[in-house]
Amino acid sequence: MSSSDAGALSIPGPAGAARVSDRGSAGAPPAAAGARASRRRQLGARVIALGYLALLLLAPVAMIFYRTFEHGISPVINAATTPSATHAFWLSLEIVAIAVPLNTAFGIGMALLLERGRFWGKSILGVMIDLPFAISPVVVGLSLVLVYGKTGWLGDWLAEQGISVIFSVPGMVIATAVVSLPFVVRETMPVLRELGVDAEQAAETLGASPWQTFWRITLPGIRWGVVYGVVLTTARALGEFGAVSIVSGRIEEQTQTLPLFVQDRFENFDSTGAYTAAVVLALLALATLLAMNLLTRLTRRKTEA
Amino acid sequence: MLGKGLLGIYLTVLVLLPIAALLAKSSTGGLNAFWREISNPEAVAAIKLTLIASVIVVVINAVFGTIIAWVLVRDEFPGKSVVNALIDLPFALPTIVAGVVLLALYGKDSPLGIDVAFTRAAVGLALLFVTLPFVVRSVQPVLLELDLAMEEAAASLGASPATVLRRIVLPTLAPAIISGVALSFARAVGEFGSLVLITGNLPFKTEAGSVYIFGQIQNENLAAAAAVSVVLLFAALLVLALLTFFLRRRSRHVL
Repeated sequence: MSSSDAGALSIPGPAGAARVSDRGSAGAPPAAAGARASRRRQLGARVIALGYLALLLLAPVAMIFYRTFEHGISPVINAATTPSATHAFWLSLEIVAIAVPLNTAFGIGMALLLERGRFWGKSILGVMIDLPFAISPVVVGLSLVLVYGKTGWLGDWLAEQGISVIFSVPGMVIATAVVSLPFVVRETMPVLRELGVDAEQAAETLGASPWQTFWRITLPGIRWGVVYGVVLTTARALGEFGAVSIVSGRIEEQTQTLPLFVQDRFENFDSTGAYTAAVVLALLALATLLAMNLLTRLTRRKTEA
Repeated sequence: MLGKGLLGIYLTVLVLLPIAALLAKSSTGGLNAFWREISNPEAVAAIKLTLIASVIVVVINAVFGTIIAWVLVRDEFPGKSVVNALIDLPFALPTIVAGVVLLALYGKDSPLGIDVAFTRAAVGLALLFVTLPFVVRSVQPVLLELDLAMEEAAASLGASPATVLRRIVLPTLAPAIISGVALSFARAVGEFGSLVLITGNLPFKTEAGSVYIFGQIQNENLAAAAAVSVVLLFAALLVLALLTFFLRRRSRHVL
């Protein structure tokens, strides 16, 4: 994501950032006099940066792996295979399996609209898309209760139709979709801009239908941007806590996702259960980072070629 | 046409309708009721804690985030690409796990003997963790583009390293630092998951705004929850709007 993006609201984060990763220090050796002092400053900065990261990030994450496996692997396996743990795991996957494809389809469509469309209110629409990044998850949850809850705007109507949203899976899917809404849009827009319209116009002139053009030209051109967005969406969807916590009712083995399970176990002094689930989620997060890195390298090689 | 309609419906169901309902709920009793809800002493304490902690956290982020970005761009050491990749971990890690992770090292069984659980320091620590990537990731690309020739020219003309930093490097990085700071602030103001376990949520002491909202929802006091939500939302949007305004004005200057 480049800084030239429409709104300042857009996170400069993982996307663009990972792409700028490791480039060597480009500095030419300074004159001999200042060389030692400059070297000392560089070392000082390195110690401060790495020390800060170690204390804030690496040591705590390493610690939880240590704590989890402190007493061997069998308590961990026991904790991971309790009915409520496996239920929470599968429920989390189920929600991801619904929310992520929805957001992917929406994200591609909205990116096309924002990038290719010309209409009044486009920048307002862009801000709306980014809104979920600026809103607290708790506020997202509350807002959904105010619309879909039993005293909410659509509460009576939903009750008449026999549809329950809040305190059941549909509400949890909606909450998850809201908090992870902007990722695919924001990752797809820059690649769409780079792709340009020449190939699409050529296909059109040759008689391709809009759908054919989309499937054969546009989608293959933007696929890595979309995949990157999907990775971020999935990570966010798997880990969402606040919004889901409010709309789920947190009923064990019914509406308890894996992050909610972590909290529940922790508050009931079952640290093995909490740590085990936390480690599963941490491993998924590390897998996300790995995927982000691989994708970045893949696309960088392609653009350099 | 059908496509646009579906996009509109999706956005309405997920974002527009809920936000409208939130604004409506916070204003049902008029300005007086709204004021009464947000001037409740517990709400005031929670909002104050959130805003003050967020300000402190973004200042620390500005300093350390810039140093980290500097080291990742200009320094060379084994394992740098791994460190670079791990910067995004707080974005990828579920927030509740962030809380558990911090408690494992800085909780009551801390192997370092540092126990911040249930203190205000815990609020700051959790917010620092979840907002770590913002400044780093916005400064890094700018630093990559920064022309070393300019710094070298200044140095060869006799400028001290401190002068080069103050007159050349920091002014160029300032917009990136500011946008990282604004995004960190917006995130910190709304943060919830990482605070739940580590702060103990003690009213008047460690209860942040988002946690107060959660408590009011549990008590079915949706009006109070909505009022405080609007305050936090407004604080985050104000900072982001200021950022947009600042960046626009600046880009006009450059052009």
